[in-house]
Amino acid sequence: MILTWQHWAALSPILFTSAAIVAVLLAIAIKRDHFWNVTAGIAFGNLAWIAVAVLFFGPLVAPETIPAILPLKVTPLLVIDNYALFYFGIIIVCTLACATLLQGYLEGYSGNKEEMYLLLALSALGAMVLVASCHFASFFIGLELMSIPLYAMIAYPHRSRRSLEGGLKYLVLSAAASSFILFGIALIYSLVGSLSFAAVGTYMAQPGPVPGIVTLGGALFLVGIGFKLSLVPFHLWTPDVYEGAPAPVTSFLATASKTAVFAVLLRYYVEARGHEDGDLIQVLTVLAILSMLVGNVLALLQNNVKRMLAYSSVAHFGYCLVALIASGPLAVEAVGAYLITYVVTTLGVLGVVTLISSPYNNDGDADELEDYRGLFWRRPYISSILTALLLSLAGIPVTAGFVGKFYVIAAGVDSQEWWLLGAVVLGSAIGLFYYLRLMIVMFMDRDRQQRFEAPLNWGLQTGGAMVVAVTLASFVLGLYPQPFIEIIQLAPLVGP
Amino acid sequence: MILVWLILIPFIAGLLSWQAELRFGTKYPRWIALIGMLIALGISIWLWLAFDYTIATAGEKPDWVIEYKAPWIPRFGISFHFALDGLSILLVLLTNLLGVMAIICSWKEIDRNVGFFHLNLLWNLGGVVGVFLTLDLFLFFFLWEMMLVPMYFLIALWGHDTPGGKGKVYAATKFFLFTQASGLVMLLAILGLVFVNYQTSGVITFNYEDLLKAEMSANVEYILMLGFFIAFAVKTPAVPLHTWLPDAHSQAPTAGSVDLAGILLKTAAYGMLRFGIPLFPNASAEFAPIAMWLGVAGIVYAGVMVFAQTDIKRLVAYSSVSHMGFVLVGIYAGTEIALQGVIIQMLAHGISAGALFILCGEIYERLHTRDLRKMGGLWSRFPYLPPITLFFVAASLGLPGLGNFIGEFLVLIGTWSVDPILTVVASTGLILAAVYSLMMIQRAFHGPTQDDGHGHGEEKLEDLNRRELGMLGALMVIMLWLGLYPQPFLDTSAAAMQHVAAVYAAAQPEAVAAVVGVTR
Repeated sequence: MILTWQHWAALSPILFTSAAIVAVLLAIAIKRDHFWNVTAGIAFGNLAWIAVAVLFFGPLVAPETIPAILPLKVTPLLVIDNYALFYFGIIIVCTLACATLLQGYLEGYSGNKEEMYLLLALSALGAMVLVASCHFASFFIGLELMSIPLYAMIAYPHRSRRSLEGGLKYLVLSAAASSFILFGIALIYSLVGSLSFAAVGTYMAQPGPVPGIVTLGGALFLVGIGFKLSLVPFHLWTPDVYEGAPAPVTSFLATASKTAVFAVLLRYYVEARGHEDGDLIQVLTVLAILSMLVGNVLALLQNNVKRMLAYSSVAHFGYCLVALIASGPLAVEAVGAYLITYVVTTLGVLGVVTLISSPYNNDGDADELEDYRGLFWRRPYISSILTALLLSLAGIPVTAGFVGKFYVIAAGVDSQEWWLLGAVVLGSAIGLFYYLRLMIVMFMDRDRQQRFEAPLNWGLQTGGAMVVAVTLASFVLGLYPQPFIEIIQLAPLVGP
Repeated sequence: MILVWLILIPFIAGLLSWQAELRFGTKYPRWIALIGMLIALGISIWLWLAFDYTIATAGEKPDWVIEYKAPWIPRFGISFHFALDGLSILLVLLTNLLGVMAIICSWKEIDRNVGFFHLNLLWNLGGVVGVFLTLDLFLFFFLWEMMLVPMYFLIALWGHDTPGGKGKVYAATKFFLFTQASGLVMLLAILGLVFVNYQTSGVITFNYEDLLKAEMSANVEYILMLGFFIAFAVKTPAVPLHTWLPDAHSQAPTAGSVDLAGILLKTAAYGMLRFGIPLFPNASAEFAPIAMWLGVAGIVYAGVMVFAQTDIKRLVAYSSVSHMGFVLVGIYAGTEIALQGVIIQMLAHGISAGALFILCGEIYERLHTRDLRKMGGLWSRFPYLPPITLFFVAASLGLPGLGNFIGEFLVLIGTWSVDPILTVVASTGLILAAVYSLMMIQRAFHGPTQDDGHGHGEEKLEDLNRRELGMLGALMVIMLWLGLYPQPFLDTSAAAMQHVAAVYAAAQPEAVAAVVGVTR
């Protein structure tokens, strides 16, 4: 296959991200300097999102100068369409946000700081490949390219026991999940005879019952995906890894990597006609209900903020599954809306955790509930931000989280999934309880000395600016979601 | 646009008073908040006097005195749709009046984080005013849930940890969980209604006037009505969903209690009158006996529970539950007289309960206890506070000449034609109220004085100052007005209530709709 300029143009976000990897690598080789090495990578990261924006909005804003070239299949492996671009955008934003957080955070780290950005860019590249994949081969490459750097990122402060433990746990369990996925793919291939999603869809569309082997393959595939999304009962790694990983890495893991997996799951679901498979829907329904209830109940029991957020993310992907299962006309839009609100909020919350723990003290993060006691009276603005973002996670109006929850419930009502909606309501009620607990701790006992004191000038740092920006984004999304809805509507998925 | 300002002024004043504390010190927030609320009160009085609310509602469509509409989220047919009629203006007046009182009564009580306190108080008030004005169901839910967050902070941060109680954070969390979870059920019902309407009309809209025309089967209507009713019943509160209220009241600061009893509880009754019955008239008529008996259960159960209370604020809280039972009975009786009674009862209860909570706060400031067993003989220690308390207690027990009497009397008359037995049982609430109210007066103010352990049992205590006397005096005047000449209020709400009664009567052909107009 000959690649024309259209292909290169369509691939440009991926290419710029790859260039960022090389740039960081070369910069480290030339002269090890934290600030300049990061800047080299971030420059290409910015080019990547500009490319995404041009490809997405260009044909709409200036149709004469920028021709519409999408959707375009680049080799049988990758498809670049507006859907992929939308999630490219989310991934790049998460990556850049994580880089800005890392910059302030790693200042205190005693070892080599710069390689972290290399791993970050590699993982982002994997996530982008994953989102654009329409074939099991590219799917697997993307998944592994995203996960393998994450092992190293989680265990990056390798003198810390908790980080090493988290990294190792993620490595072992993730490898097991990958082998499940591989086996599942092999079983599906054995009958379908092709690895492309569309071929699987055509096969499933045939009349007659689906053979047991394909169902088994689909189930194994789902186990692997369930692990990556930490759906109950495949969630056991989540709290340990969230707790062990440095806070900025946790924010990347919670946002970019999970969003990418969910986006590809939705693509597979639509292109391989998963929504016509009754068994699959039943399994997903059970997973969703379990995730919402178990995730929220276990989050109640935590005294560690990062572990609490881990369980809360389990529950959030349960809500997101509701949008997926309610596969009416709203599903792609609802998932997009939910993920964007989730990403904005989670980036902000973990950003605040990072800011409070920055610079890294080579021991651990500010993740105990006690570390937040009385924070409001010492740092009114940063705690107001955290309060607003926690309300957003709880889905209270005015914040982004409410729009996401509204979409999920609307999709559920539209397709009359009453059991799922019951679980959403129950889960949200339980969820309120632990979000409120963290929130109120910040307002109590104003005169207490703390281990962690966010530096007073946090607002001037790039990480601080990023947190303020996502907080504003959360309010804009919550108060005036119409523009975002229009963008999401521009990124549909077309079934076969 | 004036309606939008009515909502925005409290929000802006709240933000300003928070910033004023951070930048200029603790003196300014109170004044900024007070001026903001006085402006809002002024606007609402002007709106009340300047417009004619007696336009008879012709046909199906309710008439709005002022209406404002701007697109918000066209994707789902959601708009900023506010409108004012006789029902809303009275409740907005009550909200802004009690808002001013809440600020004045916390002038001395709140000494920590004054700016943040007023931010929460004013945002809550702004949210409530929004609830009373909005005609878009999405916006209604939005404001309904949003106003709870500031209330949560008011209880959790400035509340009291009474000895033996479970603590302010517990109470605040319980309040938030109850109202939020029931709110989500209402969101399900709202979305259900919207999608049912979408299936028949092909348009997604949250607009009240469009949804009034939604066609649905009887079963669907019943389920959706229940979804709304649960949210409103938790907030009213109706027995057995009332347990959050005594906890919240006993831990909340005075301003929080005034706000909660005087205003927040009224949003539920408003919701039933504006949304619950007009949207689902047939199901409501079918459900009415259950709702009314729940109301009676509230009147009697809470009335009996009052006797077991020793905390003076819990006592007033339970009496609130009992009085709100009349509101529930009156709404579902659905005759015009009963509905007019509901309006007067809401206004009168808002003022009497608000005033009683203010007085509880004043007693607590002076004695540092709210335990009735440690009071007694207070009449000899204050010149003004006990008689004023007696006035409001008398109002609350339904003494003729004061507002609550008119409200309860009209509700009972209006209910008689619907269900005489129920009315008889409900009227026992008046007897219970008389007994427990006088018992409270007797235990707190008469009998021997209690020694507080430091030998300070006999001397005079600091009485109400001019600020407090002025505030309570104003409430007393309004209370007398409501009791002696309620006609202006009845005239204002008449058109809106006639509309609700007509919708309701049309839904139950066999019901004997009393058409004896109190207003003509």
